[in-house]
Amino acid sequence: MHVTVKLFAGFRNGRIPIEETELPEGTRVIDVVNRQTIPVNEVGIIMLNNRHAKLDTELVQGDILALFPLVGGG
Amino acid sequence: MEKIARIDMGAQGGPRVTFEPVGEYAGLGGRATTSIMIAKEVNPLAHALGAENKLVIAPGMLSGSAGAMTGRLSVGCKSPLTGTIKESNAGGQAAQVLARIGYAAIVLEGKPEGDDLYKIIVSAEGIKVEVDNSLKLMDNYPLVEKLRAQYGDKVAYMTIGSAGERMLYAASIACTDPELRPTRHCGRGGVGAVMGSKKVKAIILDDAGMKMRPPKYPDKFRDANRKFVEGLRKHPVTGEGLPAYGTNVLTNVINEAGGYPTRNFRSGTFEGAAKLSGEAQAELEIKRGGTATHGCHRGCVIQCSGIYNDKNGNYLTKQPEYETVWAHGGHCGIDDLDVVAELDFLDDNIGLDTIDMGVAIGVAMDAGIIKFGDGEGAIRLMKEEVAKGTPLGRLLGCGAEITGKVLGVEKVPVVKGQALPAYDPRPIQGIGVTYATTTMGADHTAGYAIATNILKSGGDVDPLKVEGQVELSRNLQIATAAIDSTGMCLFIAFAILDQPETFQAFLDMLNAFYGTELTGDSVVELGKKVLSAERDFNARAGFTKYHDRLPRFFYTDPIAPHNQVFSVSDEEMDQLYNW
Repeated sequence: MHVTVKLFAGFRNGRIPIEETELPEGTRVIDVVNRQTIPVNEVGIIMLNNRHAKLDTELVQGDILALFPLVGGG
Repeated sequence: MEKIARIDMGAQGGPRVTFEPVGEYAGLGGRATTSIMIAKEVNPLAHALGAENKLVIAPGMLSGSAGAMTGRLSVGCKSPLTGTIKESNAGGQAAQVLARIGYAAIVLEGKPEGDDLYKIIVSAEGIKVEVDNSLKLMDNYPLVEKLRAQYGDKVAYMTIGSAGERMLYAASIACTDPELRPTRHCGRGGVGAVMGSKKVKAIILDDAGMKMRPPKYPDKFRDANRKFVEGLRKHPVTGEGLPAYGTNVLTNVINEAGGYPTRNFRSGTFEGAAKLSGEAQAELEIKRGGTATHGCHRGCVIQCSGIYNDKNGNYLTKQPEYETVWAHGGHCGIDDLDVVAELDFLDDNIGLDTIDMGVAIGVAMDAGIIKFGDGEGAIRLMKEEVAKGTPLGRLLGCGAEITGKVLGVEKVPVVKGQALPAYDPRPIQGIGVTYATTTMGADHTAGYAIATNILKSGGDVDPLKVEGQVELSRNLQIATAAIDSTGMCLFIAFAILDQPETFQAFLDMLNAFYGTELTGDSVVELGKKVLSAERDFNARAGFTKYHDRLPRFFYTDPIAPHNQVFSVSDEEMDQLYNW
């Protein structure tokens, strides 16, 4: 299936910021995190198609996944 | 901080300075000082630009100490923009310097007759008020340059630009940063117009000969401060994200969440967000020889600011904040960081709130004065209209509400006359509660529900649902009122809400400094005391629960991508102050 993975802030260091990629059916958010070699405990915000998602959320064809470390401002 | 200075600008025979002990305002600081004093001393029905209004300038409880992050200065008055009580705070050097000179507050009172313009010099020797008509209609950067030639670089400056002199309702008060740039502003609510109404152009704060304020228990204070700094450094927000990318790291987050108000709140995502993002901004700043990491005052360990150079590598402005980049960027359909940075410089120079100014330009775009996305047009409006004080410029400089009324725009994003900042309340319901109910008019900082709704810091409340939002906003508003009184930067909240030991270190700093035994409950009580004073002032100024509402279109017009409206019921919102 076809999924867009976007990385932000410090997750971009040494990685591709935005990537359209083919993933096997049944891939979960945590599998993408592991493929990207991002330490799981550093994942702060997971947005899937503009909504918050969890590490064990299963991805489907056409998903747009955005991964952020814990960030803030205001 | 044992004394209060009152300067009666309208006294017979010229301004008169009197001094008094801190008295009933002892043990307060920052927002607690300004709000409790305004609520007690100013007639809520007074005109904000009249002689009855007062401008209270107060450093925080820990300002002027060796404590980290203690450089916030509060300015309070009745707001000409909102008609409510107002506390607007800023970083920069002013709070530390004013506290070291020994003042808990400087209070500008009365209003002089005639056209003379004044400057006030505050030092260990006392306070001088002098006429200086050579400063008339100068904007902040050249004004500070001129003052530096006379007063040097070892002082802090608080100034108003031409907007403040013209008493525009979005006028700010600028505070200089450690390198004496007038970049840190008490931005919101038109506090610069109140300073202008009293004909005060500049306040020069000189702490020569003064030392840092000593804690009652120095060893305990040093120990608590060390633990506090460790906590800030180890938290990912205050230790990594903010230093590397600044507040503008939020552009991508809020856009991905579908809560980025675009083209005057018509969409929740902006196709140009990536070009405006904190990631792009930091890269550009470093490439051009600026920096993405800079502190607005000495003693800041977060360093969320930066230096933005132009294409030729010359200083243009400080790193624009997220809300500024949004107001001048996505809200106006503009996706060019250089345009945004120039507008940020113009705001700082003319002396304007970047939020109300940017939102006003977007509202003017909605009215067809210029087109959405017209960056050159926006710069022209600032340079040729606002800076020159033309009729169009004056209405823009009075903020979004007046601009919308005069130009016949229906959808004007304001609460109590103050422009909404960079988070749409339809897909982020919690921040809508804060906008509607805070004593300040729409203000994200008053109860930053974004942290819990979107950033998952300090808890997790679903942004798309109404459940839990009123309680969340209430708790955040109480905590914020307390933090705003300590002189601490509000960004410590990310670390102290997530890390109990860092919250304890924060309490230990206060207790070691004052010899008190404050607990978490005492902080809550302080916050409630401040909010109650503000709410009481607003009630006497004529504000009711019916003013605690968002503009109607947020209840009727859904916004993509979530296609939601703001749904927290009026009855629930009316419970916010029921504690």
